[in-house]
Amino acid sequence: MTKIRLNASRLLASAVSVALLALAPVVRADALQDINKQIKQGQYPQALEQVDKYLAAKPKDAQGRFLKGIVLTEMNKPNEAIAIFSKLTEDYPELPEPYNNLAVIYAQQKQYDKAKQALEMAIRTHPSYATAHENLGDIYARLASQAYDRALQIDSSNSSAQNKLALIRDLMSTAGRPGKITKPIADTRPVEPVKLAEATKPLSAPAAATPAATPATAPAAAPTAVPAKPVETPKPAPAKAAGDANAEITNALDLWAAAWSRKDVKAYLAAYARDFKTPAGESRSAWDAERQKRIKKPGAIQVSYENLRISVDGDSATVKFRQHYKSASLKTSSNKVMLMGKREGKWQILQERVGS
Amino acid sequence: MSGLLRSLTIIAACSLLLAASAAEAAGKAPRHLKKNAASPAVAATYTDSGPEPLLAKVFDAIENNRLEVAMQQTEMLIKAYPNFRLAHLVMGDLLLARSRPLMAFGEGGGPAAGEKVADLRDEAIVRLKGYRTKPPADYVPRYLLQMGPEQKHAVVVDTQKSRLYLYQNDHGTPRFVADYYITQGKLGADKTREGDRRTPIGVYHVTSSLPRQKLGDFYGSGAFPINYPNDWDKRQGRNGHGIWLHGTPSDTFSRPPKASDGCVVLANQDLDTLSKSLQIGLTPVIISNSIEWLSLDDWQSERTSLLKNVEEWRQDWESRNLEQYAKHYSHKFNADGQGYQGWIEQKRKVNAGKNWIKVGTGNISMFRNPGKEEYVVVTFEQDYRSSNLSNQMKKRQYWIKEGGSWKIVFEGAA
Repeated sequence: MTKIRLNASRLLASAVSVALLALAPVVRADALQDINKQIKQGQYPQALEQVDKYLAAKPKDAQGRFLKGIVLTEMNKPNEAIAIFSKLTEDYPELPEPYNNLAVIYAQQKQYDKAKQALEMAIRTHPSYATAHENLGDIYARLASQAYDRALQIDSSNSSAQNKLALIRDLMSTAGRPGKITKPIADTRPVEPVKLAEATKPLSAPAAATPAATPATAPAAAPTAVPAKPVETPKPAPAKAAGDANAEITNALDLWAAAWSRKDVKAYLAAYARDFKTPAGESRSAWDAERQKRIKKPGAIQVSYENLRISVDGDSATVKFRQHYKSASLKTSSNKVMLMGKREGKWQILQERVGS
Repeated sequence: MSGLLRSLTIIAACSLLLAASAAEAAGKAPRHLKKNAASPAVAATYTDSGPEPLLAKVFDAIENNRLEVAMQQTEMLIKAYPNFRLAHLVMGDLLLARSRPLMAFGEGGGPAAGEKVADLRDEAIVRLKGYRTKPPADYVPRYLLQMGPEQKHAVVVDTQKSRLYLYQNDHGTPRFVADYYITQGKLGADKTREGDRRTPIGVYHVTSSLPRQKLGDFYGSGAFPINYPNDWDKRQGRNGHGIWLHGTPSDTFSRPPKASDGCVVLANQDLDTLSKSLQIGLTPVIISNSIEWLSLDDWQSERTSLLKNVEEWRQDWESRNLEQYAKHYSHKFNADGQGYQGWIEQKRKVNAGKNWIKVGTGNISMFRNPGKEEYVVVTFEQDYRSSNLSNQMKKRQYWIKEGGSWKIVFEGAA
């Protein structure tokens, strides 16, 4: 459920990327910018009125139609939005964004197979289109989740209730983008005009490059899933405390990335709690040794992160971000999830894995 | 690039599963089974019904990093067996592997699913092992010493392998027909007490047929109770009741390898097929921990030697030479509260009043107990005639090995 929101922000992002692609006359750009602004502020009926007016003069205009599709999606008129995006894919089969947004709507309707097809089309037109890849990953994850439900006979009525709760919690306790953590909810879906640039980055990290993924060292006796703690926090922390914790966690994460980047193994390992759960269940000392070996390899390492999202629950927190890693031999970006906890007044890493 | 690496990771996860399976197989399967696994000529004698062939292909495809193929085959598997939870779990893994690296089999099932995932992993292992280590065609379960002429089929269960083997009676020689995945008791085999959630080990037979209409959905397409506790079990003080062969609930293709309260559970379609071969009151159901396989030559010599013993017993009874006759009975003999001495004395008195005795033994069946206790259940139609009394009955004897030779420890009407 939480990912619907994520997708919606990706949907908006693509809208702007189309807008940016256009070398449009000033007047036209102004009109589109106004509509964009209204969308950002959630003034959908006004935006719809504007975009209809705009399209009356330029009925074939791709960007106008695209924005209308977005407005209709936000106004919860999926069928009308689907019609617009579908027509756009016919008229402009080379554009990946309409396919992507079609997929987002299909996913909201739980039509995952159709969503998958649309995303595959987006990727076929633009093989490096990162948003489509990420969305496709989400679709696979949801299809997987359906398969797991069938396999494990999870009570779906029960789990959907949990999902709803999770969504509420998510809105209360996290923000969509870094630096916006304590800002009001209305601001949690900023449009990021730089999104398109991401398309040129590598999609996700090779497993071996990150500490969370060391398949070679996974012991044969780990047949079952690692019982992770619930990712979502059960109740929203008070805003003030959450703000403090957010700052502390961000600070801890900065220290962690900095220690890794300057290859300071001691400081890097100090970021992990004594009760840190090693990814493959190996002993802490074995994991430490493996990390030291990797970090001490010759050549510079550069680690940074973006899109930080923190959900605090008392003395523990779920921290998600996109990690950029660069070493002599490897350059990757990947989504990471960390479970952090307060240990003797310091926020430390309890669990770490690749994923979103 | 990322796609490739994800593939590699899921392979690591699935290899965990297969490595465990191979290790277990290597540890327990008899040597002759392993050599056979690779021989297509022999494997061809076996029916390839059930999901195992496709399941094996899925795991082969994963091992060879052909995830698209694996997914297509998993889809086929789900289409053929919509309620096959293991297939859905593999599908979950294959899908999830496209969005993030996987470390363990069924990892995406979430934190609460650990036990269920472990169950499905166990099911995958026993199914693949059962498929890859089929018994060779010229080997038979040791227990089927002699099927009676009326017994068209015999059922032999291997609880460790979670497998049921159906044999056809080909003029006394057991011929393999089919094998099926089964579920045994939650706590394994060797039932001794009521409510111990174990499956009994021993020689039983089907006693009745309970149609679907009379049962709850839980038992699926029907049930076939067996005669646990049998005479032997009762003599050992074992109790409990209601051990059945039965099916699965309508929303469940198969249950985990260890899940029942002691019953032997089959997929509904397998139970339906099997039920055509079950004769009420006749078909033996021999439940073993781990089947011992004998070459047909070895089997033949065991069978001949026991038949010879039974025949000698028959002749010694006819001879009215009580010393000879008594040699066939164990000193531990006990029937109807009568011990060895009392039994022999009574026979001496009875024989004294007779001028002649004729004993016929027809329709002999002989089944060896698969458990730790070494005994053979011999059942036959006894046609007894003598100068002052004749009767016909179905008799059942329990023969044990004592001091290197076979002796009767218990006998009575079957």
